Amino acid sequence: MDSKRLTIIATKGTLDWAYPPFILASTAAALGYQVTMFFTFYGLQLLKKELNLRVSPLGNPGMPMPMGMNSWFPVLGTAIPGMETMMTSMMKNTIKSKGVATIEELRDLCLEADAKLIGCQMTIDLFDMKREDFIDDIDIGGAATYFEHAGEANVNLFI
Amino acid sequence: MSNFDQELDARGLNCPLPILRAKKTLNAMTGGQILKIMATDPGSVKDFEAFAKQTGNELLDSSEVEGEFHFTLKKSV
Repeated sequence: MDSKRLTIIATKGTLDWAYPPFILASTAAALGYQVTMFFTFYGLQLLKKELNLRVSPLGNPGMPMPMGMNSWFPVLGTAIPGMETMMTSMMKNTIKSKGVATIEELRDLCLEADAKLIGCQMTIDLFDMKREDFIDDIDIGGAATYFEHAGEANVNLFI
Repeated sequence: MSNFDQELDARGLNCPLPILRAKKTLNAMTGGQILKIMATDPGSVKDFEAFAKQTGNELLDSSEVEGEFHFTLKKSV
């Protein structure tokens, strides 16, 4: 039986948005899909050896805040220095206490399941990123490389 | 349903970890063997049904026991 195939384009580099691509990819791999993930623009942050992913309450009215702050805390207040650090550390604590996997864990599970991870060459050039800042088990490629996989896939997601 | 070859404690883990741990455990088992899983994630009830349907591993039992969710999977041959 030919296995199904999934491709995901990951474009976002924040802690919250790191979850959907890795959760879907690792689950698909467990279900027997062949998985390809293409990381472009800010999504490349998810391939760094040292992940320093953060979450910002700024410009994100959908983000649940402690103490019902959504309703009384002024939007401009979310721009105060230190807010991002505070929200990131609160989010990490919540993730841990609820038994949600870390991004490192999910990424390792994807790699273990032989998911193919591709970093976007153009973004690396554009932002002067270094190959050695990224984990070893990835390929570097472009849009044509992505379509080589996407054209054969059953499910293609842009996140 | 007290007979099983392997047991997996996925209590306290959230989506998608119970499924991923189950898959990993099944990988190390042989066809026809039985895996018992204990979880606390309510979403795992639907997820294990979907997992069984898509992977061909048979879900022999799915039950709620004192606020926990117990599953028995038979690895496909």
